[in-house]
Amino acid sequence: MAEPLLSVDRVSCRFGGLLAVNAASFTVAAGRITGLIGPNGAGKTTLFAIISGFQRPSSGTVRYRGEIVTGLPPYELARRGIARTFQIVQPFTGLSVLENILVGAHLRHRTRSDALAAADLVGREVGLADLLDRPADTLTVAGRKRLELARALATEPQLLLLDEVLAGLNPTEIHEIAPIIRRLCERGISILMIEHVMQAVMSLSQHVFVLAEGCIIAEGTPAQVAADRTVVEAYLGHGAAKKLGVALG
Amino acid sequence: MRGLAPIAVVVAVLAAVPLVVQSNTTLNFLVVTLLIALAGQGWNILGGYGGQYSFGHAAFFGTGAYATAILQVRYGMNAWLAFGAGIVLGAAVGAVIGAWTFRAGIKGSYFALVSLAFAEVLRILASVAPITGAGVGTLVKLDLRVEALQFESRAVFYWVILALVAISLLVAQRLERTRFGTWLIAVRENEDAAKALGVNATQVKLGAMVISAAITAAAGCFYTQYFLFVDSGIAFGTRMSIEALLTPIIGGAGTVFGPLLGALVVQALGEGAKLVAGDAPGLSLIVYGCVLILVIAFAPRGLIGLIDTARRRVTPPAKREATHG
Repeated sequence: MAEPLLSVDRVSCRFGGLLAVNAASFTVAAGRITGLIGPNGAGKTTLFAIISGFQRPSSGTVRYRGEIVTGLPPYELARRGIARTFQIVQPFTGLSVLENILVGAHLRHRTRSDALAAADLVGREVGLADLLDRPADTLTVAGRKRLELARALATEPQLLLLDEVLAGLNPTEIHEIAPIIRRLCERGISILMIEHVMQAVMSLSQHVFVLAEGCIIAEGTPAQVAADRTVVEAYLGHGAAKKLGVALG
Repeated sequence: MRGLAPIAVVVAVLAAVPLVVQSNTTLNFLVVTLLIALAGQGWNILGGYGGQYSFGHAAFFGTGAYATAILQVRYGMNAWLAFGAGIVLGAAVGAVIGAWTFRAGIKGSYFALVSLAFAEVLRILASVAPITGAGVGTLVKLDLRVEALQFESRAVFYWVILALVAISLLVAQRLERTRFGTWLIAVRENEDAAKALGVNATQVKLGAMVISAAITAAAGCFYTQYFLFVDSGIAFGTRMSIEALLTPIIGGAGTVFGPLLGALVVQALGEGAKLVAGDAPGLSLIVYGCVLILVIAFAPRGLIGLIDTARRRVTPPAKREATHG
């Protein structure tokens, strides 16, 4: 296989006595949707913060297109083509939806008119066409999630890190947003998504890594991972796999 | 070119005032008001657009004021050059303070306190250092020639400060329409989100600090040329820091005309209070305090925000629907 777009190599992150991420290693291949799943408190968000430059790891390296990018500031990573969304949406509440997207679009477009045109396109792509002039704080949760996605997309990334963009949405809303994510991948943007909504991540991802207690405990296709004994135990507790042994085969 | 028309209209109207008003007292009042508006516009760039609430803009005002005075009196520099040098030095002080505080990640109320501390340090230094004239202050010789940047007519002084205010309005208007300004506003709204979108927040804040300091320093330079005297309390005292932040907050922080409107209202109320109650010490501060409480309670977006809301209420609902698509 060709060199991975992103490779995380034995990354650890310690907060005082808590080892949030413990020598986690995984890779994201170009042109695919990669899922990162795991129970609450597994260290997914910390790992995301490290990849996107918001948190320095205690040890380990992150490589992007072969270059070491560990510890680079977030804006530098964004310039190199890594964009992220936030689990807790962070809209610029005082601005309109279009102006929110404009901030991201300015990364690649210096003049206001170019950036506005680019922002408008991205807004339409994620289904915010009718809401572009609205103040960002009037959006629904689903709208805000789309806005998070739009802003990150406006930076024209090669790698998009999605932190629980589907969490908190109802099934209908998930059905609306999932195809958008799939289309982005078809357009050539590689995606790494953290997700709690199991069904969605399993249907969207081509490859899945499972993080539990800071360690990567399994990887594979969604089907392989779902059948993995250690994964089931990580979610449901020790002994669970045995009790479910019949079902898993 | 959009957005320039209101500035042109406001400046043209203000420029016509001395043709109608001959009273020196009134002109003096307007000059001081514009001076405060200029200092406030400086604060507005960093505080209003950038969300970094400085409590020590006197540091820049004072640097401009002292530099203009000292360079003329002690080094025999031409007044115009000294004026320019004062602006550059003010910007430099802004760059130094900004580099220290923003690189160290100082934000919010901590930034307010640290900026106040810088201004106070400068005030104390200026009150003892021989070069500033220590406690006595520095007096600039009366020399009513254009070359000395002094004018017999108050109207000319008025037009000079109005020109500076006009430039500061244009700077604020540009901010609303450029990448730098968009990034600055993004940092104000949510610094982490801005960083994730490729904004080098430290650099953007530093840039805003330099522009902000230069504008407030220009107000200080003008002060020296107009009053021909500066001491440590005038230059670096907290009073100037407070006026520089009050006027934009009352007028509407993060708006082009906020500081100008705020300065007009605050100064008019201050003068009005004087007429009613005589020249009691500290009276204007009481007026500022009351206006500030009222604005924060009833118009958190300042007077401009209040006007904006009122205008929207007047707009018929049908039309509003249409604009929202």
